[in-house]
Amino acid sequence: MNRWAFYIPLALFALFVGLAGYQLTQPKADEIPSRMVGKPLPAFELPPGRADGAPVTNAAFTDGQPRLLNIWATWCLPCIAEAPHLESLKEAGAPIVGIAIRDTQEDIAAFLAEHGDPYTGIAIDERSSVQLAIGSSGVPETFVIDGQGIIRHQHIGDIRERDVPLILEKLREAGE
Amino acid sequence: MMRRLWLMFAAIACLALPLGYAAAQTADETSMADTQLADPAQEAEAKALMESLRCLTCQSQSIADSDAEMAVDMRHLVRSRMQAGESPEDIRQWLIERYGDYISYAPEAGGITWPLYAIPAVLVLLALGLLVRRLRRS
Repeated sequence: MNRWAFYIPLALFALFVGLAGYQLTQPKADEIPSRMVGKPLPAFELPPGRADGAPVTNAAFTDGQPRLLNIWATWCLPCIAEAPHLESLKEAGAPIVGIAIRDTQEDIAAFLAEHGDPYTGIAIDERSSVQLAIGSSGVPETFVIDGQGIIRHQHIGDIRERDVPLILEKLREAGE
Repeated sequence: MMRRLWLMFAAIACLALPLGYAAAQTADETSMADTQLADPAQEAEAKALMESLRCLTCQSQSIADSDAEMAVDMRHLVRSRMQAGESPEDIRQWLIERYGDYISYAPEAGGITWPLYAIPAVLVLLALGLLVRRLRRS
């Protein structure tokens, strides 16, 4: 046997150890992207988040106008940090529907009074049922929904100032 | 001693759990997250499924192990759907369609994972071949 061929298994082993070692030093990806991007919103009907509000259904997203669907909660701290940027999205003309996870109308009213109200409609998702159905794994997350009710884009985590242009761009693309 | 400790833990858990969840419940829908299903066989299947689904917010824990509120809601989803007649594998597939196979602790062969199953088999065959050759020579 060729004397170099003798080292091939050792080289393969070293390669494997090197690869495993490298992967161990890489930070763990903790974002879980939704597989529902590109698919229609599932059918749902949720109770209103405002005392004088109406229930929110998936049919509200199929009137031809693209919207943002913001998954949030009054108990969620990053949602407070996100509030001013939702406000600037609203000022830029983005209609935002909020789905508040495990929330109550009283808490929502108090939160909006303190941090501003960017929402055209708010619903309460008591058991995360819609959140699970659209593949969202935390709060806050924001989805771009086109006028036919198809999910076009997912933003994971709170929206920062630097994220606003991309979200507006995705919303514009969804309207084309 | 251990037995007594466990009993104490169990007693505390039994007392504390209903208190915690009672506050979170609404009048219209009772959470089935921590209510066993009436049919013991179905409950066993539900339990097995919950132990093999990843908690999304805590990760590296199953939804059966986690007290994160999202895990509670996922247990509710599993038990209520099973009670409505869905099979555990239907529920697992429903979740994989939304979150990818990351959500399941039950690995599936296929897609990009097939080499994981194929390579060991190939290596064993190779080793057997070498062994047979050497034994014949000697």
